[in-house]
Amino acid sequence: MRFFQHFGEYLLFLKAVFTMPEKGKIFVKQIFIESNNIGVGSFAIISLISTFIGAVSTIQIGYQLVSGILPDYLIGRIVRDSNILEFAPTVTSLVLAGKVGSNISSEIGTMKVTEQVDALEIMGINAANYTSLAKIVAGVITIPILVLYAMMLSLVGGALSGWMSGIISVESFVKGLRTDFMGYNVVFALTKAYTFSFLITSVSAFQGFRTQGGALEVGESSTKAVVYSCMSIIFFDYIISQLMLFK
Amino acid sequence: MIVIENVNKTFGTKHILKNMSANLYKGKCNFIIGASGGGKSVLMKCMVGLVTPETGSITFDGRNFLKLNYKEKINVRKDIGMLFQNTALFDSLNVEENVAFPLRMFTDFSEEEIIERVNFCLSRVNLINLNKLFPSNISGGQKKRVGIARAIALNPKYLFCDEPNSGLDPLTSRVIDELIKDITKEYNITTVINTHDMKSLFVMGENIIFIHQGSKWWEGKKEGIRSSGNNELLAFMEASEF
Repeated sequence: MRFFQHFGEYLLFLKAVFTMPEKGKIFVKQIFIESNNIGVGSFAIISLISTFIGAVSTIQIGYQLVSGILPDYLIGRIVRDSNILEFAPTVTSLVLAGKVGSNISSEIGTMKVTEQVDALEIMGINAANYTSLAKIVAGVITIPILVLYAMMLSLVGGALSGWMSGIISVESFVKGLRTDFMGYNVVFALTKAYTFSFLITSVSAFQGFRTQGGALEVGESSTKAVVYSCMSIIFFDYIISQLMLFK
Repeated sequence: MIVIENVNKTFGTKHILKNMSANLYKGKCNFIIGASGGGKSVLMKCMVGLVTPETGSITFDGRNFLKLNYKEKINVRKDIGMLFQNTALFDSLNVEENVAFPLRMFTDFSEEEIIERVNFCLSRVNLINLNKLFPSNISGGQKKRVGIARAIALNPKYLFCDEPNSGLDPLTSRVIDELIKDITKEYNITTVINTHDMKSLFVMGENIIFIHQGSKWWEGKKEGIRSSGNNELLAFMEASEF
């Protein structure tokens, strides 16, 4: 029962968020600031994680395919598909749910408990729209770009680890990458990336916006933002996979 | 002028405001006093639209706030300036940007005009050369002054001050009191001050409303408090050593 109540509140929150901003110029400026915070601010952690995920997946797939029967380049192909279909969009989004989600939630939650949100409301400003819309738009713009970047870097990491560990040569790995490449897989990954970016930013903003109390509650909201974002990512990962891979 | 009539507000089973009625006059410092938990803050939140009462009316110069549609409410809110207890300055913006915020949101002023107005408001509250500092880098008294500068940036008709002296030393409190009083007279604003501070009340109070257990217990001028015969009010005053 509480789930439906929260879900209803979430929808009402989105209704308040998706209205025309008070001043377009200020809104555009906010989008640039938030894009910098979300996108550029997450660049380093995504670089590190995606490179190592690519590297580890190459080693593990190489370990499982040591038979002499299957050609080497299959490692590259499997690394490519597993990273494009799952690791890059999902793991990147889960990491960003932790980094970006908690940041959004605690920022808005702190504004709420220090009456900054009340100050906006009293001025006649739609506080949900002002505090959250630019973050959601910036997230939807930058997170898919980060996912594309993570895809590329994981393949580079995979090639490097294969070459350094002697599991597979770079030439064979690249051959695997180019074998039976399906552009649809990237479309699928981007569909997930757009969905997850919306979920991370909107769920976290909602959790921040419903914060009441003090520092303790801001911390709780931040934790809830990460947990609910991750849960919704996993749930929609399943739904999108079912809808787009087995039509 | 703000007219409050028969306002009732409950939270769950708690009846916080009971048939509250009061008049708050233009060009005067209207004080709402009373013990903690008595309903002062809820009444102020009802007036500024953060809390909606179940019954009654709150009229701003003939406009019944509770009956207005969303756009009309926003127009009333643009006439309201508020100084919060904890100042509620936007901590991601510096002093200048905080004061400029309502101007940027609601006016078509050029950047030069905005800066000119910001500097005027900051000089009005005796703050100079702090424009580029962030709220975390200034003192409590300075934050209050920035809060007042932001509140008056759009020339409001109504100024609400929630515990304007809380957390301030006596000297700074006096400066803030004088500032609020001067601004009220200068711009002929309806100022509503929610406080426990009886010293402030005796310095600048003109219309006093004493709230006790959610009801208006007494209303009048500060000169009439001692002769009010109202035991709760006199006890409240005694406890404040006046």
